[in-house]
Amino acid sequence: MTFASVSAVTVMLLVVGAFLMLILNINHFADELEADVEIRVFVDREAEASDQDDLGDDISSLTAVEAVDYIPREEGLDTFIDGMGDEAEYFENLREENPLNDVFVVQASEPQQTEQVAEEIDRMDMVDNTEYGQQVFEQLFAATDFVRVVGLILILGLLFTAVFLIANTIKLTIIARKKEIQIMKLVGATNAFIRWPFFIEGLLLGVLGSLLPIVLLTYGYQRFYDAVSGAAQLEFFTFLPPESLLWQTALLLVSVGAVVGVWGSLMSVRKFLKT
Amino acid sequence: MIQMHDVWKMYPNGVSAVNGISIHIKQGEFVYIVGASGAGKSTFIKMIYREEQPTQGDIMVGNWNLATMKESQIPLLRRSIGVVFQDFKLLPSMTVFENIAFAMEVLEAGKSTIRRSVMDVLDIVRLKNKARFLPHELSGGEQQRVSIARAIVNNPSVVICDEPTGNLDPETSWEIMHLLEEINDRGTTILMATHNKDIVNTMRKRVIAIDNGRISRDDVRGGYRYES
Repeated sequence: MTFASVSAVTVMLLVVGAFLMLILNINHFADELEADVEIRVFVDREAEASDQDDLGDDISSLTAVEAVDYIPREEGLDTFIDGMGDEAEYFENLREENPLNDVFVVQASEPQQTEQVAEEIDRMDMVDNTEYGQQVFEQLFAATDFVRVVGLILILGLLFTAVFLIANTIKLTIIARKKEIQIMKLVGATNAFIRWPFFIEGLLLGVLGSLLPIVLLTYGYQRFYDAVSGAAQLEFFTFLPPESLLWQTALLLVSVGAVVGVWGSLMSVRKFLKT
Repeated sequence: MIQMHDVWKMYPNGVSAVNGISIHIKQGEFVYIVGASGAGKSTFIKMIYREEQPTQGDIMVGNWNLATMKESQIPLLRRSIGVVFQDFKLLPSMTVFENIAFAMEVLEAGKSTIRRSVMDVLDIVRLKNKARFLPHELSGGEQQRVSIARAIVNNPSVVICDEPTGNLDPETSWEIMHLLEEINDRGTTILMATHNKDIVNTMRKRVIAIDNGRISRDDVRGGYRYES
């Protein structure tokens, strides 16, 4: 087993692991943002209480709707005035003639369905208007999808590079042992007998190569996470907690290392086993 | 033991190395294969242990029909054949003992069986006292004796030698020849490709001369002469 093969696996898995963590976090970030996308349904001010109940029922009965929250206009005004802080008193007189609408806050079961749900609600009776930040929303989806696709392509590309590198480095060790293989075949060794040491070698190589990246990434991410959660973390961006993320990454790196190692070694030994 | 019937071999690059050879070699025979370089000797020999496959024709070795045997059966065929090369093909990092034991480990023999058999063949080739030496610490003749020991350790019914004396001086060559004759006396068939005129002319055995991929001569007690 050569140092070169192990370091090839190490470097590749380090990069793959780092990208994986980045992508998982971006995914997490996107999920959070998406979960925050909600539809505000402004109820027609002419609506009677019974009309409002009907509307609420209609919205709840849509299959793509996850949750419906009702905010009466009085409550909406309270929140608004409270939010004004020191200047709240100037708005107190609004209470006499509340300019706001009653509002349903609707959450779609899948963020991607938001637009469709909003349109459906818009067609219902007694709906004055719906708002869900169309512009921001579409840009957000475009961005997160882009990041996911690019990340996936990058990871796949790196994996293929890793297999190629390992196949090549193992080929070198096999060429060094070509004479040995030749003699083994000459004295009647079966292909399986010749193959298994290389199988083990590939496996060891992949697993050994994944150890350092796992240690480095675990340590690095833990440090990073502690640092950002100690500091005032931006409210809209939370990172994945290290425990589950690191387990997932470690498991994935070990298995990828093993598969890549075994595959690479069997690929390169195959050609030496003909006749 | 070894039968060929109208065997032809054409390489992918268009060279036709063997052009219709038919022979019959019986168990226990000692046969020289002579011929100029490029006459087809090596191809002829390689086809017997199925390093090469004939383009056409039938080859029987023992009970194996080489034309119809499966790829997975090749190891079994090779276990009944010992092969000795001009360049010995010993593994430089292994001792004499390990080099010979290697051929038995491949068959997954037990440790004590291996030890016993290796010491037995080392006794036959008279290298018992050099079991722990590395190949580079031995003379050419000694290295060739190790490779012969490796070839016979699994008790093959035939030993194929491809110019076994090619790298050795005349005196050492004779040692090797006497050893091969001894092995032949135990009933093992020996097939030996050689350019060594003296040996063929002195130690008279069956001679098969190959010229241009054909058998030009097959004498029961022939001399070295392949230009017919």
